[in-house]
Amino acid sequence: MVVKTIIKVLTSLRLTVGCLALGILLVFFGTIAQVDAGLYKAQDQWFRSFFVRTQGGVPLFPGGYLIGTVLLVNLIAAHIARFQLTWKKLGIHVLHAGVIVLLVGQLATDMLSREMQMSFAEGESRCFSVNPQSSELVFISETSDAFSNKVVAIPAGLLTGQKEISLPELPFRVRLKEWFVNSDVRQRAPMMDTNAPPATAGHGRNVTLIPLPETKKMDERNLPGITFELVGAQGSLGTWLGHAKLRDQEVTVGDKTWQMAFRFEREYHPFTVELLKTTHEIYRGTGTPGRPDTAIPKNFQSRVKLDNPQRRETREADIRMNEPLRYEGLTFYQYQMGRDEVQQNLGTSTLQVVRNPGWLAPYAGCVLVGGGLIIQFLMHLIGFIRKRRTA
Amino acid sequence: MKKWLPWIMAGVFGVWILSTLRMPRDKEWALSEFGKLPLLSNGRFQPMDSLARNSLLQMLEKQSLHLQDEKRTMPATGWLMEVMMNQERADTRKIFRIAPGNFELKSLLKLPPRNMAAGEDGKHYSWNQIKPSLEALEKEGRRVAQIDAAHRNPFDQSIMKLQNALFLYMRLKNTIHPENATNFVADLGRYAASIKPGMEAFQLQQQEKAHDEAALQLFGDFAQRFTIMIRMETPLLVPPHHPERSRDEWMRIGEALIEVARGEPMHFAIPAYAKMALAYREGRAADFNKAVAEYRQALTPQFIPELKKASREYFFNHLQAFYTASIVYVMAFLLACFSWFNLSEPLRRSAAWLVVLGFVVHTCGLVFRMVLENRPPVTNLYSSAIFIGWGAVVLGMILERFYRDGIGTVVASMLGFLTLIIAHNLALGGDTMEMMRAVLDTNFWLATHVVIITLGYASTGVAGFLAIIYLVRGIFTRTLSQATAKALSRMVYGILCFATLFSFVGTVLGGIWADQSWGRFWGWDPKENGALIIVLWNALVLHARWGGLVRERGLMNLAIVGNIVTSWSWFGVNMLGIGLHSYGFMDQAFWYLMLFVGLNVALIGLGLIPQHYWRSFRSTSGGTPPPGGNIPGRPAPAGA
Repeated sequence: MVVKTIIKVLTSLRLTVGCLALGILLVFFGTIAQVDAGLYKAQDQWFRSFFVRTQGGVPLFPGGYLIGTVLLVNLIAAHIARFQLTWKKLGIHVLHAGVIVLLVGQLATDMLSREMQMSFAEGESRCFSVNPQSSELVFISETSDAFSNKVVAIPAGLLTGQKEISLPELPFRVRLKEWFVNSDVRQRAPMMDTNAPPATAGHGRNVTLIPLPETKKMDERNLPGITFELVGAQGSLGTWLGHAKLRDQEVTVGDKTWQMAFRFEREYHPFTVELLKTTHEIYRGTGTPGRPDTAIPKNFQSRVKLDNPQRRETREADIRMNEPLRYEGLTFYQYQMGRDEVQQNLGTSTLQVVRNPGWLAPYAGCVLVGGGLIIQFLMHLIGFIRKRRTA
Repeated sequence: MKKWLPWIMAGVFGVWILSTLRMPRDKEWALSEFGKLPLLSNGRFQPMDSLARNSLLQMLEKQSLHLQDEKRTMPATGWLMEVMMNQERADTRKIFRIAPGNFELKSLLKLPPRNMAAGEDGKHYSWNQIKPSLEALEKEGRRVAQIDAAHRNPFDQSIMKLQNALFLYMRLKNTIHPENATNFVADLGRYAASIKPGMEAFQLQQQEKAHDEAALQLFGDFAQRFTIMIRMETPLLVPPHHPERSRDEWMRIGEALIEVARGEPMHFAIPAYAKMALAYREGRAADFNKAVAEYRQALTPQFIPELKKASREYFFNHLQAFYTASIVYVMAFLLACFSWFNLSEPLRRSAAWLVVLGFVVHTCGLVFRMVLENRPPVTNLYSSAIFIGWGAVVLGMILERFYRDGIGTVVASMLGFLTLIIAHNLALGGDTMEMMRAVLDTNFWLATHVVIITLGYASTGVAGFLAIIYLVRGIFTRTLSQATAKALSRMVYGILCFATLFSFVGTVLGGIWADQSWGRFWGWDPKENGALIIVLWNALVLHARWGGLVRERGLMNLAIVGNIVTSWSWFGVNMLGIGLHSYGFMDQAFWYLMLFVGLNVALIGLGLIPQHYWRSFRSTSGGTPPPGGNIPGRPAPAGA
């Protein structure tokens, strides 16, 4: 009896309609929330969650995952319960199979895909991409073998959560002192900066850290900064500043020297990409005088050289708007373009680097749903016209 | 007579439409010839006429200037001629529109209030009136520039708008010659003569040797005035010296003049424009016309494509096809509504014919634009309005073809008219054929994703307006018979099916485009979410109907909600000012959107009134209605 009721509820059209209605509300309010929270935060809060919660963590509204899952269960259950293999239902089956592919594919993308960035100036090469959403504190030491280094990386999230970390690979403990979501550094000016420098060791002694408000804009990114203390067996090794704009710093413990850097999380590739030339064209006579940013862009283009020793491959390629480069399971998109801060004559380029094993799912889903809808509606239309003819 | 009515109506309007094809003849000044001269502005080749109209739209919100005291209307090109060639007089024209209620801005600029006796209408002001307060405006402008566009209040926005209009005006004034030049022909001669001694004096000065101070001064003055023209980023009037190498390298007159000092020959366009300017300033129409004709002649051998493009666009501007179409639609709408009351078949047929006529004009305009731009139909918000209207008219005509009851005609004409009005208002932003930014510059996706998704908007809108007809006729009139009600219900259902198909496929194609160019299929961007809401909404309505959760009246109410959903997705999300898609940011439309939403909510409220209170149903059931009224039986489930 209970099972029957459950089955009845799970397969009911009322549940479908209810989920669709909740979905519409969720998407609507999730969009509005972006105005204040920014795109990424609102996405996590509303769509990539089982519940939309208040600041205190109280569930307020079903989140994207929950609604999606219930819809998926409802869809599958209804089809198992009412499945009829007739020509009349062909379109319906095809289109709902497509919806399943889309829902599952989107979930897979959500879990498996990685979005990274690769930034460089003309003439520079990169063999890694970075994830600007998260940073890491890395310690690098040379090993006896001259070709490799020992790298210890501590994700920033771990650091902020635990405050103090000791690892067997490191001869010291790392104690987090301060954390800035977004910040900038500049050289200390003797007349202006009378306060104490943020650090007692390393480059941090010579710079001033400027905390900035967290940016929520799509085209800007936060540069986090930290101050941390290293505590060895003999006591403190000083307070250090970590910031993406600082060069690597060195700390020596015993006979071993460690290179330190606080930087965006990296993923290394088995190939290098060299930026040869950037092209940024605008349409003549567009925009406000003196404000090149208001002009209408005509073309952004990066010419790069790929060098893959494993495949003995060295070739050049163009990456431009709407024409990404697909290589080794990664796709490189033209994202941003600018000028080098120091050498103004050098163009810089930021590429969006994406790995998405589920990228085919939407294509398949689209064909299935579109095809199913067309079959179904054509059958309706033909029936309608026939009926009118005979009437 | 009755039998012939449709033919007569179609004939009368047909003749009127044909009459709009005739180009006006120039009387004294060769306005149209000047209006067809090609130039490069806003990234594209266009005729003077387009520059004039688009500029005037941004300042005055009109395409021509009505002169109150002279009791005549000045065409846009005539106005532009004055701005470029007789700046002192242009400075007295009241072309800067400030909303009559914007007292803050008017008091900031110390502008006179409305006083018709003194010739002040309280909303249009001239350069000369604003000029004394420019400093105050600039100060405010600097403040507003620091604020994110999304967070500017109406006052801030009006500051920016007026400042942009003034910028544009200054650019236009300095396009042919520096605005304070009174005889540019003579200036050119003096400049040419000053180059050699001036350059010599300059070189001597650099070597710190004795030099001709006066020669250096004269040459330096010219160079400075021309540099100001360049810095203003005026429209590019001078065609390239070597079009066989590159057709895009047009120059500003200032640039071309500075080049002369570097040893380039004087381009023939410069003296030509100087002659026009002097003749215009001195009121010599015959000489002006001759100078224009000579310049066109000089352009002919090498710049035939540009001249042709400019002439075509000039013709298109004059045609005002969408305006003509909207008038025809209004007529058709009225006739079709009347036909419901007296059930006159000739009236209905006349209305249907008029819709076809309006549709032909609408289509011609649409195709003409596509050819001019060399693009698919939808490239920006403006063209989306025109195309959504076009799609809605097609659907309405198909419905009329099947049902022959005037409903399709009413929907077609009403939506055709409404969307063209929306387009007209969107055009106030300026050039509607602007170049595509690099992100959007792909005809393939514009032709597939954008066209299909806009058809999705159009069909959802048609379903919504069919439902409005059902409600209004049912509640306020006795014309909604059982058969009509059933027919409407079937139409709404059928159109909703198409809407689901189009909006779904369009949305997913958009995702695939995003995957191809940005690296993610779905990013929860506001515009994407708006499209998703339409898909979800249409799916909800169809499932609710299949599940028997709603019947006829409920279906109609849900379809009206579809109007709100469409308007949100089409316009509402653009007002959020975030995300990768928000290219078409707009501000004032917000209140109209709210008004539209409010109207639809009110209609839904009416739709919730039980049907036995509706006039149409009260009459048929003779007083005491049975429980549930005349609601037809539960609709058959899908596939049945």
